[in-house]
Amino acid sequence: MAWRDSRSNRRKLFLYMAAIIVGVAAQVAITSFRENLNQSINDQAKELLGADLEFERSAPLHPEVQDYIDSIAADQSTALGFASMAYFPSTGTTRLSQITALEGAFPYFGTLETDPVQAASQFQQTNGALVEEPILIQFGLEVGDSVKIGRSTYPIVGALIDVPGQPAAAGFFGPRIYIPKQTIEETGLLQRGSRLEYRTFVQLQPNLDLEIIEERLRELKRTRDFDYDTVEERKEDIGQAITSLSNFLNLIGFVALLLGGIGVASSIFVYIRQKIRTIAVLRCIGASSNQALAIFLVQAFAMGLTGSVMGATLGSVIQLFLPTLVSDFIPVDIDLFLSWTSIGVGIATGVIVSVLFGLFPLLAVKQISPLFTLRSIGIQFGQLLSRTNKVTLVALVSAFITAYAWLMLNDWRPAVFFTIGLYICIGILWLFARVIMWGSRRFAPAGWSYEWRQGLANLYRPNNQTSTLLLTFGLGVTLISSLYLTQDMLLGTIQLGDQDNLPNLALFDIQYDQNDGVNAVLEQNGIKPLQNVPIVTMRLGSINGQRTTQILADTNRTARRWALNREYRSSYRDSLASTERLSEGEWIGSFTYSGTEVVPVSVSEDLMDDLAISVGDTLTWDVQGIPIQSYVASTRLVEWDQPSPNFFVIFPVGVLEPAPQFFATTLNTPNREASIALQQQIVQAYPNVSAIDIGQVIDTIRSFIDKITFVIQFIGLFSIATGLIVLAGSAVSSRYQRVRESVLLRTLGAVRHQVMKIQVIEYVLLGCMAALTGLVLSVGTSYLLGYFFFDIVFTPNVLILATEAAILILLVLLIGSINVRGIHHRTPLEILRSES
Amino acid sequence: MPFNIITKKDNVHTILEVRDLVRVFQSGSKTLTVVNHANFEIEKGNSCAIVGPSGSGKTTLLGLCAGLDQPTSGQVILNDTDLTTLSEDERAQIRNRDVGFVFQTFQLIPTLTALENVMVPLELRGEATKTVRERAVSLLNEVGLGDRTHHYPTQLSGGEQQRVAIARAFINEPKILFADEPTGNLDTETGETIERLIFDLNEKQGTTLVVVTHDLELADKCDRIIRIKNGHIETAEVTI
Repeated sequence: MAWRDSRSNRRKLFLYMAAIIVGVAAQVAITSFRENLNQSINDQAKELLGADLEFERSAPLHPEVQDYIDSIAADQSTALGFASMAYFPSTGTTRLSQITALEGAFPYFGTLETDPVQAASQFQQTNGALVEEPILIQFGLEVGDSVKIGRSTYPIVGALIDVPGQPAAAGFFGPRIYIPKQTIEETGLLQRGSRLEYRTFVQLQPNLDLEIIEERLRELKRTRDFDYDTVEERKEDIGQAITSLSNFLNLIGFVALLLGGIGVASSIFVYIRQKIRTIAVLRCIGASSNQALAIFLVQAFAMGLTGSVMGATLGSVIQLFLPTLVSDFIPVDIDLFLSWTSIGVGIATGVIVSVLFGLFPLLAVKQISPLFTLRSIGIQFGQLLSRTNKVTLVALVSAFITAYAWLMLNDWRPAVFFTIGLYICIGILWLFARVIMWGSRRFAPAGWSYEWRQGLANLYRPNNQTSTLLLTFGLGVTLISSLYLTQDMLLGTIQLGDQDNLPNLALFDIQYDQNDGVNAVLEQNGIKPLQNVPIVTMRLGSINGQRTTQILADTNRTARRWALNREYRSSYRDSLASTERLSEGEWIGSFTYSGTEVVPVSVSEDLMDDLAISVGDTLTWDVQGIPIQSYVASTRLVEWDQPSPNFFVIFPVGVLEPAPQFFATTLNTPNREASIALQQQIVQAYPNVSAIDIGQVIDTIRSFIDKITFVIQFIGLFSIATGLIVLAGSAVSSRYQRVRESVLLRTLGAVRHQVMKIQVIEYVLLGCMAALTGLVLSVGTSYLLGYFFFDIVFTPNVLILATEAAILILLVLLIGSINVRGIHHRTPLEILRSES
Repeated sequence: MPFNIITKKDNVHTILEVRDLVRVFQSGSKTLTVVNHANFEIEKGNSCAIVGPSGSGKTTLLGLCAGLDQPTSGQVILNDTDLTTLSEDERAQIRNRDVGFVFQTFQLIPTLTALENVMVPLELRGEATKTVRERAVSLLNEVGLGDRTHHYPTQLSGGEQQRVAIARAFINEPKILFADEPTGNLDTETGETIERLIFDLNEKQGTTLVVVTHDLELADKCDRIIRIKNGHIETAEVTI
């Protein structure tokens, strides 16, 4: 009977199923892709590190650690990593690059992929350089050209394509260049103050117990400061990152599926309403209420199952394209295969969502009386469901959503928050819908033309589409728009424009004896530095007399590890910079120091929190071997997002001048050409000085954020797609009524343009309301994100909002127009004929 | 007014003239002549019943007379205007100005309240809302639904819905009212009430009435009866 009954409606049912198809497709695509990724990581685990063990430190390893490494290593390679300007003489271009000076046979697992292939194994013998491929293409360079790093010039022997364990995105913030380590001294870049990273890659002797090794390493780490990574740890770290990302994407995809569920519920609702007579007739001829329910339950189940299977197929196809979206961030080559677990879970979820959401209208079927065969009266489905039924269904749906979120997040607390958040979101959207309906009823101006009043009134009249549209479309719009606005907010904070008082170029690592020379070059170019600040590196020795090592060992400490451990780059000056203001204590700009006094320093507010200290506390600094006692005289609120050198700790003038130091200079060049010319001059005269082209950094950050948000938006688009399908479904459901209405209006004397105008007005208003709701909510979300998460005052970008609104209104109008197509070709007589 | 006005001295009392009207429908390869060379005239203020068996072409003839459909050939002259020369939008304006309709299945717009349904014809003309509302309320009072103005069609019984339809049909003070089986869906008692209302308003407003019906008792109440069978007008008789 269920099959026979569905015969006349299968085309319509397909549209309802489409919502489930899209929802399940999103699920299956993401979970399958995650399975693929995890499998690939497992398969290529050792290639994630390129070695069995990797050690890292900002100075050479302690001899005790090195001795231990020697005792367990079958082979080892060492590398020095640092940032430096690379100058390409053949094109005269420069670029701040990530240099790795390598010695040894690294990688032991996987390959250093180069073009030509042999370059990877030969660059060390031939004293050549491997330069990352994109920069070669960008600067029009070829193998055979040269690159100057520091004082040394290297022939480019190959293009660097892939490094084991490093995603392509590793080169986003500066191209990677590999040079032989034996040439590093000649570059002249190993000076005091240079930020160097010493890395050792170890291939273990066979048959060693990794657990025993790790135990020893943990022990050594407690006394000898260094970091190490094992294949397992790296795998876990990457696996964790991927799980977090895919869980996040999965939840966004799940929202699409839930919207699909709402779509199924609303379409079954409309479908059942059309079937009331059928149900009543069935009841008349003796069908029990359970039989009546079963007929439609079977249809909902079949719809869910068919939609889910189709969705799973579509999802499996989509997963083939996902690697191209995220390959830049993934450090392994992704092997693609069908994940039957994901397909199974996807189909099960789709069916459960269809049946569970379908139960809301379906349970009402049981209450449909045979009397409806005799009388046509309005039915309020909501009133047909008993309170117990409603509460049970809501509890079931909530439990299902929470359980699914828990499955994704492996933690019940965020799962519950997810469910509550979703309900709040839906509640707000529902509230918006009610307000719009109430508002259009209450404030419809009497002076408006009939078409306007009718179009507006269609927003609240029986069978209106306002709630459905706002719930389904609004959620997707909120999601996507929040992403756009947040992206814009983040980019806005680094947007500098062409203001003369803001720097667009920063020079750093200027050695003490180079500072005057660099300033002279600037003067020759007619450029006045905006800032020229000295920088002294130091470490924190103790706080209030307690050594940092002791504090670190204390499990109850409140100070944060990074703040106790890091190398501080501090400066000294007699006044506050424009990017900071005093928040507590007294600013002391100069001090007479003879080597024993306790020096007043100013500490940034955030560091005060992270070190868990207050004004007046004493800090002992290890300034490159010399201890300096200080106390916190003042705290400062620093605008870290400004492109100027900012410091955690500022010393007064008169203390650090004799210490080894280097300088950083910020300047504003009149244009990009002048900036490039200046960089070339500086790099050639002072090869160790690095230049950060701030415009280029902004471009890089923008492209990085663009790539990340694109991935999220891609999944978020599934929600929009589901919203559109649900809207189309709801529109199709009302098509019969709309055709009938417009023919009636024409019978009563309405001309064609009047009928069209009413329809256009209704859909434009619907589009406006959906856009307004989604955009208001997304502005709210972005404001809250900015306030609580990014600490940025959010100003909505009107252009983005207007563009989004225009697109949304057009989409809704398009769906509405497709729905009422052909209405105007029917003669009024048809209504008479169809009824007589 | 761009319409084709026909002025004929001997036509001054004729509101509807049907000349050699033919309507053919194509159903696959089969040609079906539903109205076959029909000719008749109806005078202003008269009431006329079109009767005939099911499928005889009554409703099609009514639709053609009311300008709801275009004939295959022939002419329909309504209130001195040849409908067959007009576009659909032009015919819509004629309907809005001169014609009222009452259908067997009421044909109310389900998303509008009773009051709003009655107001539609005048609102489409862009007439001031307040005046239209007052007139609609007065008509609803006249048909006995003064207390149901804000009910939607689904909240009204069949008889009540038909009374709303009658109020809607008379709001534009039509020169001619077309009624298609107006009592066909109603019980005898309600049907009689509806008949009374239609004839009362017809008399009061001087409207010409054209009723398609199976109900011979209703037909007998009209000034004239046109009998149709297989698309042919068999007789056009005057009742006494």
